[in-house]
Amino acid sequence: MTVKRSRMDRTLMQRLGFALMSLVAMLTIIPILAVIVYIVSKGAPAISWEFLSGFPHDGMRAGGILPAIVGTLYLTLGTAVFSVPLGIAAAIYLSEYARENWLTRAIRIAIINLAGIPSVVYGLFGLGLFVLFLKFGTSILAASLTLSIMTLPVIISASEEALRAVPQSFRTVSIALGGTRWQTIRRIVLPQALPGILTGVILGLERAAGETAPILFTGAAFFLPQLPHSPLDATMALPYHLFVISTQVPEMPIQIQYGTALVLLAFVLLMNVTATVIRSRARARRQW
Amino acid sequence: MDKKNSWQEFVIPRLIRASGYSAIVFVALIFYFLLREGLPALAEVKLGELLSQRWYPIEAHFGILPLITGSLIVTLGAMLVAIPFGIGTAVFLSEIAPRWLREVLKPLVELLGGLPSVMLGFLGILVLSPFLRIFLNLPTGLTALAGSLLLGGIAVPTVVSIAEDALDAVPMSYREGAWALGATRWQTIWRVTLPAARSGVLTALMLGVGRTIGETMTVMMVTGNAPVMAIALDSILHPVRTMTATIAAEMGEVATGSTHYHVLFFIGMLLFLISLVVNVLASSVVFRSKKRAERVLS
Amino acid sequence: MDKIVIEHLNLQYSDGTESLRDINLSIPAHAVSVLFGPAGGGKSSLLRCLNRLNDLTEVKVASGRILLDGENILDPKTDVIALRRRVGMVFARPVVLPMSMRQNLTYALELAGEKRRSRLEEAVERGLKLAALWDEVKDRLDEPAIALSGGQQQRLCLARVLAQQPEVILLDEPTSGLDPISTAKVEAALQELKKEYTLVLVPHSVQQAARTADFAAFFLQGELVEWAPGKEIFTHPQQQRTEDYVEGRFG
Repeated sequence: MTVKRSRMDRTLMQRLGFALMSLVAMLTIIPILAVIVYIVSKGAPAISWEFLSGFPHDGMRAGGILPAIVGTLYLTLGTAVFSVPLGIAAAIYLSEYARENWLTRAIRIAIINLAGIPSVVYGLFGLGLFVLFLKFGTSILAASLTLSIMTLPVIISASEEALRAVPQSFRTVSIALGGTRWQTIRRIVLPQALPGILTGVILGLERAAGETAPILFTGAAFFLPQLPHSPLDATMALPYHLFVISTQVPEMPIQIQYGTALVLLAFVLLMNVTATVIRSRARARRQW
Repeated sequence: MDKKNSWQEFVIPRLIRASGYSAIVFVALIFYFLLREGLPALAEVKLGELLSQRWYPIEAHFGILPLITGSLIVTLGAMLVAIPFGIGTAVFLSEIAPRWLREVLKPLVELLGGLPSVMLGFLGILVLSPFLRIFLNLPTGLTALAGSLLLGGIAVPTVVSIAEDALDAVPMSYREGAWALGATRWQTIWRVTLPAARSGVLTALMLGVGRTIGETMTVMMVTGNAPVMAIALDSILHPVRTMTATIAAEMGEVATGSTHYHVLFFIGMLLFLISLVVNVLASSVVFRSKKRAERVLS
Repeated sequence: MDKIVIEHLNLQYSDGTESLRDINLSIPAHAVSVLFGPAGGGKSSLLRCLNRLNDLTEVKVASGRILLDGENILDPKTDVIALRRRVGMVFARPVVLPMSMRQNLTYALELAGEKRRSRLEEAVERGLKLAALWDEVKDRLDEPAIALSGGQQQRLCLARVLAQQPEVILLDEPTSGLDPISTAKVEAALQELKKEYTLVLVPHSVQQAARTADFAAFFLQGELVEWAPGKEIFTHPQQQRTEDYVEGRFG
């Protein structure tokens, strides 16, 4: 009698427990979808060719957001130029050359540290070093350099993981056939790790594109009458623009705010989806 | 080997090695600049003043305690959200959901982690805080609560991703052993799998805390920006100011080299140190438990 | 004449424990020399010293010399890249590189800087014919190598080594994952190859050792117990320990 009852209790507990967990998960997932749907529905009416290709008028309250879009593209590009080669090279070092000693341990702690520094502290650092000390001024250059250092740990971690996933046996065979370590990396390890590295790079740049605090004092401008000409110019940027129009501009039309948010969201989603697609296609095509 | 090859063989490994060391260089640089511009604050403002409860730079009151309590209460609130939802979702994805559902939901959770904080702050202003104001009958919805809810949402993907990896890493044999002894799947999760993944889950939570303390834009947009001491129980329903929001909001208006400027850098230095401690702690948990596991298995 | 001479070789693991003690061995050219014995005897470690692949592992040479055509390959000044082109290796599990079969075969030559299409094509055909794989794959050389069966992959690995015309071929349990037919094909190939090359084999069973060996060395717990022509060591071993192992009294 007692055994049967306790089994029913346990099954009941399991059913309740699983239901609770499913509820929790749904409560986490549904808001994500809701956010996307909400922004799309509220922002879509504002999207037009003029909006995407025109300049703002009337103190941001009308017109388009082209300079912000272009500015974000420039910043993302600038970040890529500095952080991608450096990050991949550092990952190659950690995965293929470094031995497990105190120095390697220190490098890893440094990377963990860089990953955890608040974005506004990066802004302060960028201000101190690039804007003031190196006298680049409030510029695309200063902002890109700041964003690059912030993006570095993401790229290094993802790249190192991708490199380590390549089977050790490939390296052994390559060396046994008379290859040097660099030849092995260049011809086998790096090409095989490339999809994983690419995914990490895209996700890192996605974050950089959406960040506001690091560019607040290093490169972002509220309003510029023209597009930037050189890396030493300041620039408008989508996340900063959204921040300004939703908090600093009185009587700002809601529609334009949502439109800007939608463009930013689209940017981020595009990169996210690209990264996911690359990852799953690579998994299917793997030759090991 | 031709000449071009041996040039490559000489230069490239050295460049790679130099890149490897770069992380250390950058951390040192960041620390140096924060110190350089932040330490003068200690000389210009008396320590007692710095630790006082009044933050009003216009009248040269630089008490940072309200900012610290502001950060703390928002972080605490955020973790109260992130822990149950983060671990619950991780458990669901790793142990309960069927394969296909997991493949669909995981990228969605990752997507949340990629959403710009300014966008969530934006929605916070337009949607969440009016809702809180009406629903909880408050004078304003721009409160620590709004910040905690949003920050909890931002921390959840970090917690889910790492906790889920940790649960995934628990060997199947642990679960199979428990089932063979007659435990239900539910019992197994809570009594076997989760404890086995303990260190990874702890790491996930600590990294979630790190992410939360460091958030800037969202809190700046929804917490009301009132630098008051947030130590009463109902403080969460009041506006507060975090350390990060203070820097972001005021840095644009200070004169370079002024006392206010130095104090803001000082706060930045504090944030750097806090995140250093949290993140190094989180990673050492992983290192230590790996070593323990090696000892047990050898 | 002897292709490889090993003098007073002592190997150690990184924590100081001994792997091989005072090994003295001469490996003749144009023959199959077999290193056999129970697991942990140090045979694979010794094999890896012959192409300096032990540089990648935890095993260090404490003392001794290994002479290839009279020159000590353990000397720090040795060009290990050139060495590994002269002394090739086939591993226990077939490791095909994640490329086409053709690219697998030309890989080593391209590493060395060979760019001429004609030379590369020659090497592909040569290697595959010597490994007795040419007829089976000649029409699909541009397909991924991973599409081959286990036995074919292993022969591809052999062909890969042969494509760069080495002098010595080391084989570390080359047939351990293969079915009897593939195993027989590999063993037959070895008999053909010994006419041109020097072969050093670590077999995965005593029976394989007995089938293939022209000369055989018995290793037990880091020591070289006995070294004799194949015909003698398996039928009339000199040492009691060798006889016990060959007879299957332990293993």
